[in-house]
Amino acid sequence: MAINFDKALGVHEQALFLRQKRNEVLAANIANADTPSYKAQDIDFRTALSNSAAAGDQPMLSLKVTNAGHQHRADGSADALSASLKYRQPYQPSLDGNTVETHIEQAEFADNSMRYQATLQFLGSRLSGLKSVLQGGR
Amino acid sequence: MANPLDIAASAMNAQMMRLNTVASNMANADSVAGSEEEAYRSRQTVFATVLDQQREVAGVAVTGVVESNAPVMKRYEPGHPQADIDGYIYSSNVNTVEEMANMMSASRSFQNNAEVFSTTKTLMLRTLQLGQQ
Repeated sequence: MAINFDKALGVHEQALFLRQKRNEVLAANIANADTPSYKAQDIDFRTALSNSAAAGDQPMLSLKVTNAGHQHRADGSADALSASLKYRQPYQPSLDGNTVETHIEQAEFADNSMRYQATLQFLGSRLSGLKSVLQGGR
Repeated sequence: MANPLDIAASAMNAQMMRLNTVASNMANADSVAGSEEEAYRSRQTVFATVLDQQREVAGVAVTGVVESNAPVMKRYEPGHPQADIDGYIYSSNVNTVEEMANMMSASRSFQNNAEVFSTTKTLMLRTLQLGQQ
């Protein structure tokens, strides 16, 4: 019986990838906190993870397509994770059209980093479990 | 989409440029000139989002530095060595209160991005150690 890494690591591999992607989106929001007319984005983590778990491959982020006029990405691989990257609804949008609220982005970034570390911990435990099996419990 | 480290670095670069223009404006707040054209005008940076080939956000960049078109102050000081024929000197149009607020905003944004950078670095280092415990 072969060892299947995908089965051994479970959903955590995709979760780690998505947490990394979400960190990128939040970092971009924080970076553009002072850019006029920038719209803050975020990933709907639950939808993204269930879509990528269903697709079973590397998830790709894309904007939701709700109209025939919306353009698809050139490589066409966006379907697995469509509807996961969304614009944030601001509580108090600023006059220059920027919708980044730094405190919210900071809180989300800290939360996402913590969850990333939790996922890392899970992956580490799975790997050490595999290692222990390979070594026959020695 | 770009690496969060690159995104944070681009933002720190842009905020540092903004701090530099603030420093230049503050330093020249009391500069005077002998004509309206030569008077120092406050400089302001213009920020724009950088998009990568997939039209995803990849950071922020300074697309230009514009000069403020606020009116230049004209003062009657005939004894001044730079005064024109009519005895007027022209001081800069820098609003120091605005510049101080700008400086605080830029330094706080810089700190935010430095925090993002260091958190991302910690996460990457921990990821490199995955499976080694």
